Amino acid sequence: MSPTSDESLLTVADACLVLSHRLSEWMSNAPTMEEDIALGNIALDLLGQARGLLQVLGDETGSTEDGLAYFREAQEFRNPLICELPNGDFAFTLLRLLFVSIWLARVWPQLAATTDNADVRGVAEKAVKENAYHLRHASTWCVRLGDGTDESHGRLLRALDELWPYRGEIASPQWYDAVEPVLTEATLTMPPRDAWTQRSSADGWHTEHLGYMLAEMQSLARAHPGATW
Amino acid sequence: MSAQQREQWPLWEVFLRSRNGLHHAHVGSVHAVDAEMAVENARDVYTRRGEGVSIWVVPSAQIVASDPADKDELFEPALNKVYRHPTFYEIPDGVANI
Repeated sequence: MSPTSDESLLTVADACLVLSHRLSEWMSNAPTMEEDIALGNIALDLLGQARGLLQVLGDETGSTEDGLAYFREAQEFRNPLICELPNGDFAFTLLRLLFVSIWLARVWPQLAATTDNADVRGVAEKAVKENAYHLRHASTWCVRLGDGTDESHGRLLRALDELWPYRGEIASPQWYDAVEPVLTEATLTMPPRDAWTQRSSADGWHTEHLGYMLAEMQSLARAHPGATW
Repeated sequence: MSAQQREQWPLWEVFLRSRNGLHHAHVGSVHAVDAEMAVENARDVYTRRGEGVSIWVVPSAQIVASDPADKDELFEPALNKVYRHPTFYEIPDGVANI
């Protein structure tokens, strides 16, 4: 995809915001304290990226970053569906992070090179480095899980089966080329590129999960509009 | 993963160099299954506020430590040798990191 229009800028912003919230749900529940902090760091990186873009979009639409994050309905979000799926187990979370990070590894440099907005370029250039680490973290974990025990291999395989139909909005020839070697190293076979995919969120259609997630994410801001601390 | 297995993840000592020109200093430890994960965990746990430009990790089991019971014979003899402290000359203002 080529995120140059506001609509697709919103896609990137919402992807970061929604995935950030999903990752933040791991706080205090990750398998180790170190991984808890790692997922928190990644969630905060994504939140910062989302904020940077939502500020720009808010300025352009007479809203604010908070207005866009907390006072839109699910149908107004444009994140790829894969970002909003519930975390599942650790393998599912890390494979999803891998898929999205590989997509963003293409999105951010394109955005930095094509945007005529200096603020967007600033967000994108910073995000290139942050995303490189997310991608590295997710890749090493997927290889470790896939090439690990029978239990971890089985969990990653199940995650792959569940996530594959949701690749449609983020996949490209380059995306498949980047995904395949990681899966191979993780001793998994990449499913067919032309397998069935879910529809996209471009017209505001979402899975049932986004509404529940937003209800929690937005409840404080809606109960106390304009609250500061 | 059971709590038992989780406890078996090896411990690694983490050393950070806060900026070029300084030496690596011990900052703490992390659990990790391999060296690669140890570096990533150290990055996530100890460099969140821009503390470092370089990370070393060492398996804690590889650290050889002095015995606390030996502290009198190891360290006390140095305490009364004041002439070993470089306090008898002025350090020029331009010399940093001392």
